[in-house]
This record gives sequence, structure tokens and C-alpha cells, in this order.
Amino acid sequence: MASSLRCFLRTGKNAVSALQRREFHRTLPVAVQVTVRDALNQAMDEELERDERVFLLGEEVAQYDGAYKVSRGLWKKYGDKRIIDTPITEMGFAGIAVGAAMAGLRPICEFMTFNFSMQAIDQVINSAAKTYYMSAGQQSVPIVFRGPNGASAGVAAQHSQCFAAWYGHCPGLKVVSPWSAEDAKGLLKSAIRDDNPVVFLENELMYGVPFEMSEESQSKDFTIPIGKAKVERQGNHITLVTHSRYVSHCLDAAAVLAKEGIECEVINLRTIRPLDVESIETSVMKTNHLVTVEGGWPQYGVGAEICARIMEGPAFNYLDAPVTRVTGVDIPMPYAKILEDNSVPQIKDVIFSVKKTLNV
Amino acid sequence: MKLSIIMSGVFLINPCLCVFGHQGARVVVSRSFADFTPQASFDIKKCDVHRLEEGPPLKAELTREQGLQYYRIMQTVRRMELKADQLYKQKIIRGFCHLYDGQEACAAGIEAAINPSDHLITAYRAHGYTYTRGVSVKEILAELTGRKGGVAKGKGGSMHMYAPRFYGGNGIVGAQVPLGAGIALACQYQGNDQVCVTLYGDGAANQGQLFESFNMAALWKLPCIFICENNQYGMGTSMERASASTDYYKRGDFVPGIRVDGMDVLCVREATKFAADHCRSGKGPIIMELQTYRYHGHSMSDPGVSYRTREEIQEVRSKSDPISMLKERMLSNNMASIEEFKEIDVAIRKEVEDAAQFATSDPEPPLEELCNHIFHNNPPLEVRGTNPWVTLKSVS
Repeated sequence: MASSLRCFLRTGKNAVSALQRREFHRTLPVAVQVTVRDALNQAMDEELERDERVFLLGEEVAQYDGAYKVSRGLWKKYGDKRIIDTPITEMGFAGIAVGAAMAGLRPICEFMTFNFSMQAIDQVINSAAKTYYMSAGQQSVPIVFRGPNGASAGVAAQHSQCFAAWYGHCPGLKVVSPWSAEDAKGLLKSAIRDDNPVVFLENELMYGVPFEMSEESQSKDFTIPIGKAKVERQGNHITLVTHSRYVSHCLDAAAVLAKEGIECEVINLRTIRPLDVESIETSVMKTNHLVTVEGGWPQYGVGAEICARIMEGPAFNYLDAPVTRVTGVDIPMPYAKILEDNSVPQIKDVIFSVKKTLNV
Repeated sequence: MKLSIIMSGVFLINPCLCVFGHQGARVVVSRSFADFTPQASFDIKKCDVHRLEEGPPLKAELTREQGLQYYRIMQTVRRMELKADQLYKQKIIRGFCHLYDGQEACAAGIEAAINPSDHLITAYRAHGYTYTRGVSVKEILAELTGRKGGVAKGKGGSMHMYAPRFYGGNGIVGAQVPLGAGIALACQYQGNDQVCVTLYGDGAANQGQLFESFNMAALWKLPCIFICENNQYGMGTSMERASASTDYYKRGDFVPGIRVDGMDVLCVREATKFAADHCRSGKGPIIMELQTYRYHGHSMSDPGVSYRTREEIQEVRSKSDPISMLKERMLSNNMASIEEFKEIDVAIRKEVEDAAQFATSDPEPPLEELCNHIFHNNPPLEVRGTNPWVTLKSVS
């Protein structure tokens, strides 16, 4: 019921009336519907209020309310000092953000998309990630780099790359990839409170998607720990491990497969680095089958890493079949809709891969 | 020290001693420090300015104490770098080693003009600044030799030394400049009246990220002193071969600039004071170009004579050496004696020798330290070793 309710909610229909129709004898639920965009906004708002060292900088974050409206209302509330519009100079402003973090502030550095972070990647890796180690613990860098990552809709090759594997490769970074509104809020608050460089990979296509937010998650102190995956759906037959937008795909695929009697366990990674291998292993040791699902390219990707780790650990002996990776197609992203649609995993690809892995 | 000068200096024949007094009679003078000129005013070279009505003053005041201190600092850096050269040739220091000898007046002059509470960041030719920002010779040399007593516990090496208000030591050419602008942003944000000195070389002066930093620093009026240490060569490429414009003090365009004699510690100090006042008064960033010279090649693997002549190096040494210049100024103005300088030299030699001794005998960091310092304020985590059976521990 929970998963179909979630499917229902994602369609945007009025949740309150739906719940009332289903269980009319109960009092109104305290849970509330919040889009991922609003959850991110709340997280930043709360952390800006809580700690005056926190500030946001990036292109269009202030007066434009954010290129994707994620920072809507923040400039009006906090002003020029704390919400800073930058020129289109990623390497410069990312470096400035890192320097500010070194000197005692807690910047949130927004990349309009992570594609543009490549211009600044030296500052993220060499100036932010490695400094605590190189200084033997003398110089910490409490910074968050956030922005949309991965495929969008019709933005073509230079604007569609997934950087989970690139940043996930580097020691000294934490890399987070939220899916739901609760993920977004709790993980962003944790990222901002973390004293280390955190790369926070959002997804543009998820910004407008509403999710039910529990009462607990509406508290100003609600955080989700970085480095812990979440089992979104329990199942016995096969484990699906995924992150970001593809959690939705996996849950939808699981709903379809359930009708055929195949029960999928869906694990939402939430964090790319450090990877919660234990949660995956526990699940695999129960289900004996594993499929990874991601939007990024296959070579040297998140799924590849999961395969390697499973092989190196206790879960390997529990596998009844090799691990299957479902990934983006190994090409630069094309523009035409039919091509783009066929460049990223679809629900049918997940269903197909599950059945192949289970040999049914 | 002063007492021994009085005792030992009485009967020494010293060209500075006035053997014939004012009345012409032969005078045996017992030298006490009260005989030295306590303070003098020196003419310093005029600085070319860009987008400024006026530049730094043309005269610099120097007290005896200040002079001896600057001498001590520069001589320490000089001897420390020469010791590093020696240790490198003995293969006790490895990897990169970019030496600073010749440029001492820059580090000493800047530090004399700013407060300990101000901030400083530089590139990889950083040993001099590591010293002036408060790290001991011992900890610097031990970091170069990769020992646990090094300032970064042996984990950073030559290019990655840090101290409070000193942000390294940065290996990627130009990357330190946006960092410095960010530190200045933090100063402005916190309203603490501090400035950030952000150094780079003539080689880095063409980096795009510098211009990005100049733009934002000017837009937001960040209290950032951008300083180009122009030692005329970016590795093996002379400035004329790398830069369409070698007027580095003008390269900030809308950012005011001054060009400074980087071999004269007083000139550097006055210019830096001027620049710091400019920033502290809220006028925004300023650029200083320090015209200086390095005696060594780019690094220890560069003999430094394939792209410049030995004659050129020798000429700078004999005519513009920063330490000699300060010493001669003080001697010819009777601000100190040759014996004093010799004593300082001896003391420094000992300090550097002791430091080298420590740096060669201190043990290397223990393997248990290998994975530490990945994250700050983090519970311990496991780190994969070279193979799946090796799991290492990392603590903050």
C-alpha cells in the first residue's frame, strides 16, 4: 500500500483527499506534501538561520531566486551578505568558496549544473578534498558543493553528464545523492553541518516531484546521516540498488514485478561516498540476486564499484547469478526525444534486467 | 650578546670605529649599543603606480631593532634554503623542492607590514613564508625530509605546509589566488578588519582564474592584496616569452597596482603597508608587483642556467642581494657592527644545523598514520588498503 500510495502522491493529486477517501475514520494526517525543491529550500533556510557562518553563492542564486528556483526567497530574507550572486566564473567562485571555508565560514557553493563544475574541479579536488590530509589535520574545509547532476530533458550532451563516479572516486570528499524530499532536506542539512567537503548531487527532474514528509522530518533539527543507505521497499527475491531519480524507476518496476510475484528489495543509496556496502551485502545475502541501476555511464561507474565490492566481500558467496548493471548508454547524450529517452534506463529496462538476472 | 661586543670589540681594529675623534686625537672607543644610531631614514625607490593618485612613501624609517630583525629573518630563510639544497643533493629531501633564496626581502618585508592576525597564502615556493608566518626551521626541514616532526607530520611535503593564518603552500599554479580572495571574503564577512595577502608568480599571472578573482574582488571590494612575485622566469620561460604584457602591476586592469623593488625589504614593507591601508579602508583589492629574483633554478631539478646566464645571476647577487643591501645600509649608517652581524650569522647557522640534524634523525611517520586526516570531526572509518584483505583505519 505504501508504494502505491507513493506512486499516487507523485502524480501530484491531492494527498489529503486521497487519504480521507481511503481511511475516512482517521483524523487528518500530520504528514505533508513537499516537493524536492521546497525541501532543499527549507534545508538551506533553516541552516542559514541556525548558523550565521553559513552562506550561499553561485550564479543567479540571489535576485533570480535560483536558476531552478531552489533558493527562492532566501535573498529577500537574508540579503546580499549571505546570498551572493556570482559572475559566470566557476573556477574563480568555487575557489573563493573554498578559501572562505578555510578561513572559518561555511559556504554552500551552487553549480548551476554539475557539468559546469568541471571548470572548477581542480578547486573541488585539489583545494577542498585533499587539504585536510595534506595539512595533517590542521586545515579543514567545511563546504558544500551542490547543484543538479545527470540527465535532464532535451539539454543535450554538454548539459547531461552524471558526476557521481567522478567525485565518488576521490578520498577526502563525501558525495551525496538524495532521491526524495525527505532525503533532500535531511541530507542537505547534514551536509551543511558536516565539517568536510560534501558534493551534493541533486536532480533537476526531481525538483518538482512532491513527496510525503513525515512529522519528524519537518523539525528544524531533522538530519539524515551521510553514509547510510535506506531500504525503500522490502523484498525477498532480488535486490535493486540505485540512487537519485532511478529510485523512482526501481519502485515503479518493483510494483509491476510484484504483480508477477517477484518481490524486489529496493535500496536507495542516499550516499555515493562513503558507500554503505553493508546494507547492500545484508540485502544480497537475503535475496541472492543484485541489480544496480544508475543514470551515469557504465565504465568505471557506481554500479561497477558495487560489483567489485560485492565480489570482495561476504555477499559474493550468496549470489546465485552475476550482478547486473543497468546504466545510461555509453554515449554523449543526444537531443532528439526518442534518442534521449533511449539513452537512459527506463522502467522496462529495470524489469527486463531483473527477469534476466532471475532467469525467468 | 651586547656585553660580549663591548668586551671583545674594544681592541679590535674595526673600519667602522672612529679611530680619530672629532678633535683629531686618537680615541679608543669602547663600543656600547648606545653608540649605534637607533633609527635612520632611508630613501627607497619610487613605485610605479596604476590607477592610483599616489604611491607608497619615498622614505622608510628603520630602527636598529627592526633592521636586525629583518636581517635575522632573511638570513635564516637564506641559510635554511641552502641547507635544503644540500639535503636534496644528498637525496634526503625528495620530490619537489622550490627554493626561495634571492627573494627573502619579499617575505620579510610583507610580514613586517602586516599583523599576525592577517592572512597569507602563496604558491609552491613557500618555505620562506612558512617561516615568516611562524613555523620553525626545524619543523620546515623535517617536513621536507618527510618526518613525523614536520609541520604537516610528513604528509604534505615542500608544497603543503600550513600554520594559523597561513594557508600554504599550494601546488596547482594559480589555484591559490581564488582561495586568497575567498579568505578576504571571510575577513569582510566577519568584519574583523583583517586582510589577506595572496601571492603568485609571473608564471601564474596569465592564469584565467586570477582574472576571475580580480573581478570578484573588485566587485565586492574584498580586502585582498594580490602580490605578483615577479622573479622574471616562470620555470624556464622568461616573462617576455610568456606574457603579452609584462606590466604585472597593471594586469588587474580596474584593480589599482604598484610596482615595487622586491630586493629592498624596506621598499616591500612600505608598499605592503600602503596596500594594507588601502584594503582596510574599504577601497577593495590592490595588486603589488614585486620585482625580485631567484638564485636557484625553478626547482632542484632545474640547474637554472639553460634559460639565463650565470653572469646574470652573478650580477644580481653582487649588486642587488637583499641581505647584503640591508647589511650595508645599516653598517654605513652606524646602526650595527660587523661583529653583531657575524654573531647573528653564527647563531643562525647553528639553528639551521640543529634543525637539519633533527630533520635527518627524526623518524618517518608511523604507518598507523597513513589513513588519518581524511575527514574532520568524523567517527573513525575504514579505508581500503592495496588489496581486499587490507582494511586500514582512519581517524580525524
